[in-house]
Amino acid sequence: MTSAVHASPPRPEFAVEVDDLTKCFGDFCAVDRLTFTVKHGEVFGLLGPNGAGKSTVIRMLTTLVLPTSGRARIIGHDIVRAANEVRQAIGVIPQAMTSDLDLSAWENMNIFAKLYGIPREKRRREIKRLLEEVDLVQWADKPVKMFSGGMRRRLEIARGLVHEPKIFFLDEPTTGLDPVSRVMVWEMLTRLKQERDLTIILTTHYMDEADSLCDRIAIVDHGKLVALDSPLTLKASIPGKNVIEVSFADIPAGWQQVLEGLPEVAEVKAEELVFRIATHNGPRTTVALMDTAREAEVTVTSLSVQSTTLDDVFVHYTGRQLRDALQAPSAKESPFIMRR
Amino acid sequence: MLKNSLHRIGAIIERDLRRFRRSPTLMIVSMVMPLVQLVILGYAFGGKIKNIEVGVVDQDHRVPAVQLKGMFNAVAANARTFDTTSYSDEGKALADLRNGSINALLVIPPEFSRKVQAGMNPRIALVEDNTDQFSSSALASSLTELLGAYNGKALPPRLSNAVTLSVVEVYPYVPYIQYLLPGTITLAIFVSAMIGGGIIFIDDKARGLHEGYLTTPLTKFDLILGFNLAGAIKAVLSGLVLATLGSVIAGIPDPLNLLRLMRMLVLVALTALALISMMFLIMVRVNDPLVPRAIFGVLNTVLFFPSGAVYPINAFPPWMKVITTIDPFTYAVHGFKSLILKNTGLMAIGGDLLYLGLFTFLAMAAATMLFRRTL
Repeated sequence: MTSAVHASPPRPEFAVEVDDLTKCFGDFCAVDRLTFTVKHGEVFGLLGPNGAGKSTVIRMLTTLVLPTSGRARIIGHDIVRAANEVRQAIGVIPQAMTSDLDLSAWENMNIFAKLYGIPREKRRREIKRLLEEVDLVQWADKPVKMFSGGMRRRLEIARGLVHEPKIFFLDEPTTGLDPVSRVMVWEMLTRLKQERDLTIILTTHYMDEADSLCDRIAIVDHGKLVALDSPLTLKASIPGKNVIEVSFADIPAGWQQVLEGLPEVAEVKAEELVFRIATHNGPRTTVALMDTAREAEVTVTSLSVQSTTLDDVFVHYTGRQLRDALQAPSAKESPFIMRR
Repeated sequence: MLKNSLHRIGAIIERDLRRFRRSPTLMIVSMVMPLVQLVILGYAFGGKIKNIEVGVVDQDHRVPAVQLKGMFNAVAANARTFDTTSYSDEGKALADLRNGSINALLVIPPEFSRKVQAGMNPRIALVEDNTDQFSSSALASSLTELLGAYNGKALPPRLSNAVTLSVVEVYPYVPYIQYLLPGTITLAIFVSAMIGGGIIFIDDKARGLHEGYLTTPLTKFDLILGFNLAGAIKAVLSGLVLATLGSVIAGIPDPLNLLRLMRMLVLVALTALALISMMFLIMVRVNDPLVPRAIFGVLNTVLFFPSGAVYPINAFPPWMKVITTIDPFTYAVHGFKSLILKNTGLMAIGGDLLYLGLFTFLAMAAATMLFRRTL
């Protein structure tokens, strides 16, 4: 035993540094020269549709996949050269549920804690505390196969924190959960982040999730970074403050130009008979739109007016709709909805 | 460093054994199935052939022919190797032989008695259904013995210059079920190795569970040693149950002899490690969970039958002896035969133990080299 006091190495400026990170599978590049940094204590969201490359980014950062080129550092540790140090510093909740169905919640956590070499007494204490935090303590001895999806996800979050990681990666943590469970997971993550001074990196294709949880969001499409900023700044960066989504039974030639000429309209995007109109004044444009449609004898089949959401931000930057997000309830949907 | 590694290996073993404990069906299948196989195969191959249906056509009807038929009937009544049915019409008897009503036809020709009395090389004919080699060979052997007795009715000379062979058996008679027991114990260990070896990791991969532990500080060696030891522990349990229960079922003398059971434990453990390591090596790059299920049947045949478990190795063609030489089953079966049937010590199977140990080391080293720590 030495009495010498070792000074801990200085904390790097960023929790995560990604520099030109690329992953190609043959000719196809799932991640293409991605560069960004994540600050300590930040909740950083990677947003994108299925196949955008966000899970591949997470898998590279968590040492599960080797990059083709580029570099990334987690608290200063290179993900390739110092993979073991990276593994010690991170907690990971993969996209698939990875808890063992045949084991109890306690056993799942205990075995995981042993994989990190945590001593028995600390292990026991930490598992109990974490199970309390995720509200599963009364189910500790029950086999995980009896758990609902939400309970299992909460257990996995607790399991990922059992070794007190500095950085917590969550790959689509609420996919497949019912709305109540999703909100529970959000609240839990927010609480854990505050209590444990965690840096969280999560991927999602739920816009409301990213909006609710993230300090900053990186929108990724086709493996490339298309936008990166706070949710507020991103929403402010696109034209208009409302979006009217309207569909018609049939339309005459030049209808898009007619819609672009309506008052307060900033931008019109069309997909067959469905139009998304970005406007600075939703109610005013809607009234004008209905008048114009009536005069032109064009039948409106559905119409909704929403505040600008991250969904609109995504459409603006990538030019396409997030299919999966359309199924999710929108918290900001306006009561001004008309259907025929 | 080492302490942490042992912690991690222990965690993998604990996880696997806890899962195993909660799956009694798996435990029963891995232990009971080889026992069922032992009993079925042991009695299916091991018994003496009896009640072969033999038709007899007597075209002579005189005293020597009647005496001969009397001897046939005596065998039919006592040893019951065959049953006899008399036919007056040879054509009808041949038709019955062809349609399977009888297995063989013995024809005593019209001049048989006269030739016997004149010493003119008398003959009888055996027409047999040779599609069943085992029955026809048993029948031919029984009839040759019977004719030997018929021919040697006269008293032999008191002093003879004919050379005879006296056979001295070192061990008590070994019925086929006992001969099969060493192979069955090895098979039980192999069944556990198949279930608990690489397939657990492949199933983990298919369910995405491996992503959970690949992001922990586990090393390749921790993973492979942990999985192999966990599988080996289960295989040892299977092997020991089979060695004990199988010895009782097969009628091995003094089946619960503690010293022999201790020796068997050593061989069971080394066999388990060798077979688990081999399975992990075979499955180390496989991702599709259907692949192991598809190859298990073939693997079973390729490893079990060339090992000498069911038939002596000396009868194999040269190409098959190559498989026999590298097959770890061969050394396990040989070792168990020595310990169970000959009650030898461990020194007598030193070569088998050495080969199994070396095989384990090489298979585990190769698996560690080929194992991918990433997705």
